[in-house]
Amino acid sequence: MSEKQTTLPDELGHFGQYGGRYVPEILIPALDELIETYNRYKDDNDFVLELDYYFKEYVGRPTPLYFAERLTKTLGGAKIYLKREDLCHTGAHKLNNVMGQILLARRMGKPRIIAETGAGQHGVATATACALFGLKCHVYMGVEDMERQALNVFRMRLLGAEVIPVTSGTQTLKDATSEAIRDWVTNVADTHYIIGSVVGPHPYPMMVRDFQSVIGRETREQHLQKEGRLPDYLMACVGGGSNAMGMFYPFAKDESVKMIGIEAAGEGVDTDRHCSTLSLGSPGVLHGSMSYLLQNEDGQVQLTHSISAGLDYPGVGPEHSYFKDSGRATYVNVTDIEALDAFQLLSQTEGIIPALESSHALAYAKKFVPTLGKNETVVVCLSGRGDKDVHTVAKALEVSL
Amino acid sequence: MNRIDAKFADLKARDEKALVCFLTCGDPDFITTQDLVNEVVRSGADIIELGVPFSDPLADGPTIQASSFRALQAGATVKGVLSTVKSIRKTCDAPIVLMTYFNPIQKYGLERFAGDAAEAGADGVILTDLPVEEAGEWKSAADATGLATIFLLAPTSTKDRIAVTANMASGFIYCVSRTGVTGAKDQVPADVRALVETIKGATDLPVAVGFGISKPEHVAQVTEFADGAVVGSALVSIIAEHAAGDTIALTGEFVKKLKKGTGSR
Repeated sequence: MSEKQTTLPDELGHFGQYGGRYVPEILIPALDELIETYNRYKDDNDFVLELDYYFKEYVGRPTPLYFAERLTKTLGGAKIYLKREDLCHTGAHKLNNVMGQILLARRMGKPRIIAETGAGQHGVATATACALFGLKCHVYMGVEDMERQALNVFRMRLLGAEVIPVTSGTQTLKDATSEAIRDWVTNVADTHYIIGSVVGPHPYPMMVRDFQSVIGRETREQHLQKEGRLPDYLMACVGGGSNAMGMFYPFAKDESVKMIGIEAAGEGVDTDRHCSTLSLGSPGVLHGSMSYLLQNEDGQVQLTHSISAGLDYPGVGPEHSYFKDSGRATYVNVTDIEALDAFQLLSQTEGIIPALESSHALAYAKKFVPTLGKNETVVVCLSGRGDKDVHTVAKALEVSL
Repeated sequence: MNRIDAKFADLKARDEKALVCFLTCGDPDFITTQDLVNEVVRSGADIIELGVPFSDPLADGPTIQASSFRALQAGATVKGVLSTVKSIRKTCDAPIVLMTYFNPIQKYGLERFAGDAAEAGADGVILTDLPVEEAGEWKSAADATGLATIFLLAPTSTKDRIAVTANMASGFIYCVSRTGVTGAKDQVPADVRALVETIKGATDLPVAVGFGISKPEHVAQVTEFADGAVVGSALVSIIAEHAAGDTIALTGEFVKKLKKGTGSR
């Protein structure tokens, strides 16, 4: 499988039957320009050095691969390592992708940046990078998410970004993404759209994967250093799937490394309030690419729910769909309640408050790790920190602040 | 001969241009859509575009987004749209083009949709988010049934893309007047004429201009150089703003005014 996998996507952005460019004609030239720019610079020495510089000096890379000793003892199975993306500047892995894209936007001479955000982490990362380079920044965010993530809304405004409330549809990440695309269709001449996950039309799924792959490359090196071998399991939460793909991709050719993506089951996969796209969806087109999609029999996109705003999305990155079908990765799901439980577990055993998104990966680790041998290792991608979620968790636990 | 080709040939012979009218099928309900189509055609519309509602219409502005939402709330389905087309065909011979996004069609099945749409009496299909690179499979399915595939070209389209797209298109070319989503605007951008002329240099197919065409004077303006004008949001907003009874008469009056702009000159 190895050779086939490294050559994906094909020139038109296909990962098998998934991916592609399903967008209005107006955007095709902008996507062509982005592909050309990305191909020109991705291996360009100055670009690579500049991105490395900002990763090291501004984002705070490399992030530690931390051995979670008390959690390991508590669960009593494989050794658990946490890849500490929560220690990145702005508190999540999102800045890895934003730094890469913003350096491209500067090279394309686009003075205005737009982004969509769910939990607000990608919006904050984008607002941060725009402040750093003096670019105009507009962030689309669903009204329901603005309420759930009021702190991040204020952070974005402090950073000088304009947060545009989205009131259409479900008022969450899906509709924020649609609004951002509509903005881009209208202002394509001077605007670059920084998509926050491995979704959207080609080249986004490939490009965002490549920028996030720093997570997996570092993990690989750090694990080799600490254990003298590759890890047995990788675990990461999947909404659109950028932290998971960033973690998985550099290990794609290592067949001994098993990969597990964890989706949000919300109130349960037997209810209609979940967002387990890969478990329960079917192939379809949303936001520019073919991938698994939660949709009804008539091809209408379904409403979703998760306690975690960052996972509350009916689609998923096309390469995850490809990994699912090829069997290269396995996708499972955990409920809101299980995620809340893991949120508290990590806080109390390791003194690390995880994001609710990452808590989904931890919740699956909690179930799965005890079934493994003590000589095995599991790396959980701790994609973000949980400060932003404290209010949501308090509310769910019926604690008044 | 496909009804679309016949219509443009007939208009040309009379030195007239086409008025293309868009309505969301199922807004506010399928029965009203049938009545609206009949009224719009009686009032002078040459071609009807029927929107098949989709939950995430990312090329549409607020007016058509809201219209699609109303139709879905009222229970519109792809099957329902096709049976509405069938009913309309009993009383109306105007060309009907179905306009939608790729997902509802791929979920229905491309060949099955092409077959059922042609059988219901549709003449062409516009898939807003399906550029030529991804259109191969659909195009084969449509060609096998005689349905025209109408592609959009935009102010951002390069000469190469115009040539490739024109080569794959049938029926007519839908020329998008400006970058942006659908929705009424005060003015028609000045550079549309040049774009239409470039497209006409690449194809013998008729070219209709849409997006922002919302007044009789816009229709007159673009049909100076294009073969047709598409009016959508301006019609749909009449439906949004009035009760069902008034809607039909008001829509008819508006279409009569729009049609004056396309007359023989």
